[in-house]
Formats: sequence, structure tokens, C-alpha cells
Amino acid sequence: MREVHVDRIRETVKQLCREAACLLPDDVVGALRTARKTEESPLAVKVLDQILLNAELAGKDMLPLCQDTGTTVIFLDIGQDVHIAGGSLADALREGVGAGYTEGFLRASIVARPFSARANTKDNTPPIVHTEIVAGDRLRIQVMPKGGGCENMSRFTIMLPSAGKQGITDFVLQTVEEAGGNPCPPIIVGLGVGGSAEYAMYLAKRALTRKIGEPNPDAEEAEFEAELLEKVNALGVGPQAVGGRCTALAVHLKTYPTHIASLPVAVNLQCHSARLKEAVL
Amino acid sequence: MAEHRLRLPLSDADIEKLRTGDYVYLSGPVYAARDAAHKRMVEALSKGEPLPVDIRGLVIYYVGPTPAKPGAVIGSAGPTTSERMDPFTIPLLEAGLRGAIGKGGRTPPIREALQRHRAVYFLAVGGAGALLARQIKSVEVVAYQDLGTEAIRLLGLEDFPVIVCNDIYGGDLLEQGKAQWRRSEVLGG
Repeated sequence: MREVHVDRIRETVKQLCREAACLLPDDVVGALRTARKTEESPLAVKVLDQILLNAELAGKDMLPLCQDTGTTVIFLDIGQDVHIAGGSLADALREGVGAGYTEGFLRASIVARPFSARANTKDNTPPIVHTEIVAGDRLRIQVMPKGGGCENMSRFTIMLPSAGKQGITDFVLQTVEEAGGNPCPPIIVGLGVGGSAEYAMYLAKRALTRKIGEPNPDAEEAEFEAELLEKVNALGVGPQAVGGRCTALAVHLKTYPTHIASLPVAVNLQCHSARLKEAVL
Repeated sequence: MAEHRLRLPLSDADIEKLRTGDYVYLSGPVYAARDAAHKRMVEALSKGEPLPVDIRGLVIYYVGPTPAKPGAVIGSAGPTTSERMDPFTIPLLEAGLRGAIGKGGRTPPIREALQRHRAVYFLAVGGAGALLARQIKSVEVVAYQDLGTEAIRLLGLEDFPVIVCNDIYGGDLLEQGKAQWRRSEVLGG
């Protein structure tokens, strides 16, 4: 057993929140630069130039990339030989987010009582926490500030198994086209296929934590991702939906075995401000 | 793609020369308001009460900024999704609003209403909040202070970059852009 103290977790989460909001990951910046080089629409080029300059300015000034500093989604991969000591893990995560958002001048965007009072919780808590128990004695923490504009464009369906690849393709294209400019293209398409209703959406979101350019380890899935990306970019939606060649920077697919009667398909879109920061304790 | 530098409030002549797809730098006053402020303004109008700010001839920017750091005018301040303001937009156009800045498209009834009221809808680049904040030179909370990030603010813009999405002639950039750049040969059908 290896001990990780909750104080360290709280401080780490606080720091990750602040950094994630202001520093665009290198893989995303690289993909945006490539998109800028290949984009043919003059208006889309102007949009991409603004997005790239924004990333530079945000990093320099440590100012949030986007005013929507998101719902704080935290992925925890907990090694089975880790013992979390010194207090409550849930409290540490919540306090880390609260301190990160208030001390970091990040926007508090979470409201309690979602269908009635919708009163702001003032410090962006509580976070959404997903845990997986994995091998080893390390604790991996990934913080993803997820914007409301792109999250609102998520879609889920359970298809007939016979719908197959064609059904999934049509659903992805329909979702991206209907979303238009709302999710802030160029987007990353998170696609979860299989599992159960709630697990498919988890897969779609978790797929967004893969770095752009890091290949899908499964050859068939990698090929499907490439096909989907080409089609999504053929829609012509373009950056901020002004029309252009680059609607998505990547399609990331995650799958899981499913029931003989089911083909669950979940789409979770990520905006170009694809913020993610991680630490391993 | 024409480029313009315009002073706010927009004159009739300014509005008439703008075409869908034009790139525009706006300078001057706009009101910042988003979901909660829109809801309250429209509730006031429906009760026959006056609005807390005079929007006649002016433009609203759909934005809820991050808190300003000490010494800064404003925090990150890019546009939010405009579609959420669609249920509240027609009463504001009837009250004299001449334009809006946001991200994403508008529903067909709003596009028609914009044209009918000779108002323009502009896109700002969503997710460019750090860059856009630099073009905001002054901020004053002027109404609904209790709404925090959603309070109505008077912003002073300087060369704030926007793109004309809906002009007064019925143009819609999202439709036109897609029609121009769609690759049907890849999509099939």
C-alpha cells in the first residue's frame, strides 16, 4: 500500500483547475495550427487565427482561454495499491475545485436546484467525478473544464444492432451538423459505442482525454475514426460554423462489449478550447 | 469578404451597408447580457414596465465574463450561445434593439424578426475570450447586480472583431458557409 494524503490531492486539483483554464494543451494547439495551414475558406482562416492568438495571449497573461471555465469534470484512475489517507477524498476534490476557481478568478458556472431556483454555488462546486480502479500504486488525476455550449450538444441513442457502422456514421454527422456553431468548432468528437446507456456516454467523454494524434490502439476503430473525421469535415460547417474545411480536429472512439439486443451510441462534443490537465501522484 | 470599422451605436446607413460574411471591427458602447438578464427584461416588458437600461438603437453582447483580476478591466469575455436568447429576442427587437453579438446560429423566426426590425446579428469567435477581453476598454455594471456574472454591464468596445451572420437582407452565414464548403461527393446521398 502506498499512501497519498488528501491535502496533496486538494492542492493538486486546485492547481490543475487554474492551469487547465488558461493553458491550451500542446496537442490541441498543434492540431489547430495544422487546420490553419490546410483551411481554404478565408473567413475560417481569420477565425482560426483568432483562436491561435487567443491561446497565446491566455497562456501569457494566465487569463482563462474562454469565459466559460466549465463544469469541472475530474477523472481519477486510482491504483489498487493506493491508500488515500488523512480525510475524505470527495471533500478534497470539492475543496480543491472551490479554491482553484475562486483564487484563480475563474467563472463559477454551476447552479444548484437545476429545474427551479438555479442558484449559483459561487465556487463552481461540486465537480463531476469519475473513478476507475486500475493496477499499480499511483493516482492519476485529470481535470477537464467542460464548456456548457459543447456539452449541450451531446446526443445519445440506442440503435438496432443491424444499424451498424452506417447507423453510427449517420448519427454522428447529424449531431455535428445540427450542433452548428454552438459547440465552438473546430470540435473534437467523443464517440462512445457499446456498454449500457450511462456507460456509453462515459466512454464518449473519456475518449476526449486521449491526445490528438495519439492513435487508437485498435486498428478497426482507428480506421473508423479516420472515415468519420473525413465525413465530418465534408459537412462544410467550418470553424465557428462560418463555413470551411475544418469542422473537427479529431474523432475519438471508445467501445465496450454490449448486450445482444443493443447498440448504444453516445456523442459528446468538445470545443476547440479542449482544456485538460493531469497529474500523477 | 468586405471589412468595416464602425462606431456604435450603428446608424441606418451602417446597417444597410453590412452584408453576411463581412468582417467588422466595432467600437463604442454595447450592453452585456445573457440568459438570466434576458428573462428579467422580457418579464418587465410583459408587465408593461420600463427596461432598466435604454436599449433603443443599441447592440447586446451575449457574454458572462470571468471575474476581473485585480487591476484588469474585465476577465475572459467571449460570446455565449445565442440560441438560448431566441425566446427573449423578439420583445427586445420590438423595444428598439438593433443588433446582437453571440456565437452559433439563430432559429428561423429570429432570423425573420431581425430582418423585419432591420437589426443585425454578429458572430464573435467563441472560445477567444482572452483575445476579445483586450478589446473591451471599460465595464460598468448597470442593472441586475444580484445576477453576478449575468448582470447587465455597459461595455466600451474598441476594434472588437465580429463577423456579420444575419444582415437585413435575409442572409445567413451558417447556411451560406455550409452550402459553399460542403463536399457532397464525400458524404454521398
